[in-house]
Amino acid sequence: MGIDLLAICYLIASVTFILGLKMLSDPATARRGNLIAGGGMTVAIFGTIFLYRDHGRALHNFGWIAAALLIGGTAGLLAAKKIKMTAMPEMVSLFNGMGGACAALISISEFGRLGAIAADRGELLIILAGVIIGSVSFAGSMIAWGKLNGRIKDVAFRGQHALNLLILLLVVVTAVYLVVGPQDMATILFYAIVVMALIYGVLFVLPIGGADMPVVISLLNSFTGVAAACGGFLYDNKAMLTGGILVGAAGTVLTILMCKAMNRSLRNVLIGSFGVKAVPAAGGGKEQGIYREISLSDAAMVLAYARKVMIVPGYGLAVAQAQHACHELEKLLTEKGVEVKYAIHPVAGRMPGHMNVLLAEADVSYDNLLELEQANEEFPTTDVVVVLGANDVVNPAAKSDPSSPIYGMPILDVELAKACIVNKRSMKPGYAGIENDLFFRPKTSMLFGDAKKVLQDLIGEIKNL
Amino acid sequence: MDKLLTWIGDHQQMIYIVILMIFLGIEVIGRVPSVLHTPLMSGANAIHGVVLIGAIIVLGRAASDNYIALAIGFLAVILGTLNVVGGFVVTDRMLEMFKKKR
Repeated sequence: MGIDLLAICYLIASVTFILGLKMLSDPATARRGNLIAGGGMTVAIFGTIFLYRDHGRALHNFGWIAAALLIGGTAGLLAAKKIKMTAMPEMVSLFNGMGGACAALISISEFGRLGAIAADRGELLIILAGVIIGSVSFAGSMIAWGKLNGRIKDVAFRGQHALNLLILLLVVVTAVYLVVGPQDMATILFYAIVVMALIYGVLFVLPIGGADMPVVISLLNSFTGVAAACGGFLYDNKAMLTGGILVGAAGTVLTILMCKAMNRSLRNVLIGSFGVKAVPAAGGGKEQGIYREISLSDAAMVLAYARKVMIVPGYGLAVAQAQHACHELEKLLTEKGVEVKYAIHPVAGRMPGHMNVLLAEADVSYDNLLELEQANEEFPTTDVVVVLGANDVVNPAAKSDPSSPIYGMPILDVELAKACIVNKRSMKPGYAGIENDLFFRPKTSMLFGDAKKVLQDLIGEIKNL
Repeated sequence: MDKLLTWIGDHQQMIYIVILMIFLGIEVIGRVPSVLHTPLMSGANAIHGVVLIGAIIVLGRAASDNYIALAIGFLAVILGTLNVVGGFVVTDRMLEMFKKKR
């Protein structure tokens, strides 16, 4: 009877996963969907602990299981509750890496059980797939996590992609040899594959720019899904299989959707660090024109005596962690009678919803956050627009230049305002790798520097007026 | 080769599930608004934490004197639990932010 009840537990889990994922894609039901999937997961986990039979034998080592669940659960709960809203993506990456490592460990353990017998080549194939994908996902997620919290810098060197390809090829060839060839060196080859897969995961993510990490995490997320599904095959477990493949497929689609939302191709993201340098975009031979710089005190003056100011936040604000300084400037200007609002582009920050979450953390009121269409309606009555570390989302080329890679993407029409102050760290192009004509327009003046420092200095200047 | 074919025959049902789930996964999130991309990614991340089931099986059937197997299983269960619990809680926190807005 036990096993039948367990089958029902797994059925419930599978259905809740599908339902949960479906509900997560609609704002009205998203939160409930997450809870439903979590409920199904709980049923599947406790069902496994108490009802699973391995050739008629119940599981044992309950003390170990309880201790591990307790440690993992407490750590997970604390980490998820304590983490700042700004650090959410890196947290997701970290958890994803844990899942990948878990899948890899399962495969390693099963390989150990298989021992010298290794008669079942099909099972060996699944074990290898699980350990390779799991290891790549784990190593890649750790690098992504390190990059998002700034501990790991982008590393790009010549021949990097060729080297990556070579390692991947080596992993695949070794795995195939292990499955079809003689088994005398099986153990050594197996662990060689694990090590190579880990190295590949590191090298695969290393050259990709920090701003593209959400896309990479989404991709690695679907990898982990597939690795989990491999476990489902090993244990003939339908819940693992359903959940894993579902996430694998949905994650892949989501990755592509994310790329589309920022008008890039997945290929461009993955090898973008090279593509950008090789092709200096359409305007390579075009005259760059001259841009105008504005001094801090002038900028402070302009802002303090404006009637209406619109702030356009972007990735630069997120990297500089300048949301609190930004809110402070807003408060100061409001005290002086200036109307301050924020114009939020849907993909500003390269992570959908990034700016909303970031500004919410700094207690900026939701009423002051304008969406794209609203913002564009209000620009004509705006005196000064302050662009903080945003670039592609205000690039007029998206409207006027059909040869531009971002042509057709809706942008914030900051040019409709009377004046525009752009804060950037340098004149380097944005993540789409294209020049921005806005910076050379007569209404625009540039204010270089780290967003947080510039904002703090501006606040100081305005206070001294 | 023969072995591989028998293996496919043995796992027919599983292979059907894989193929159907691929299509379902693509269908289910086909039209998600861009603001929900991040929470959806996080939610999917929590769901693949189902790999924890495998880890529990590994740990639960390890012989009590096989310390290597116990250690691997123990670590796997901890990591899997982190993925599940952390994943669902982080997703909930994100979605909480979105709700306040409306």
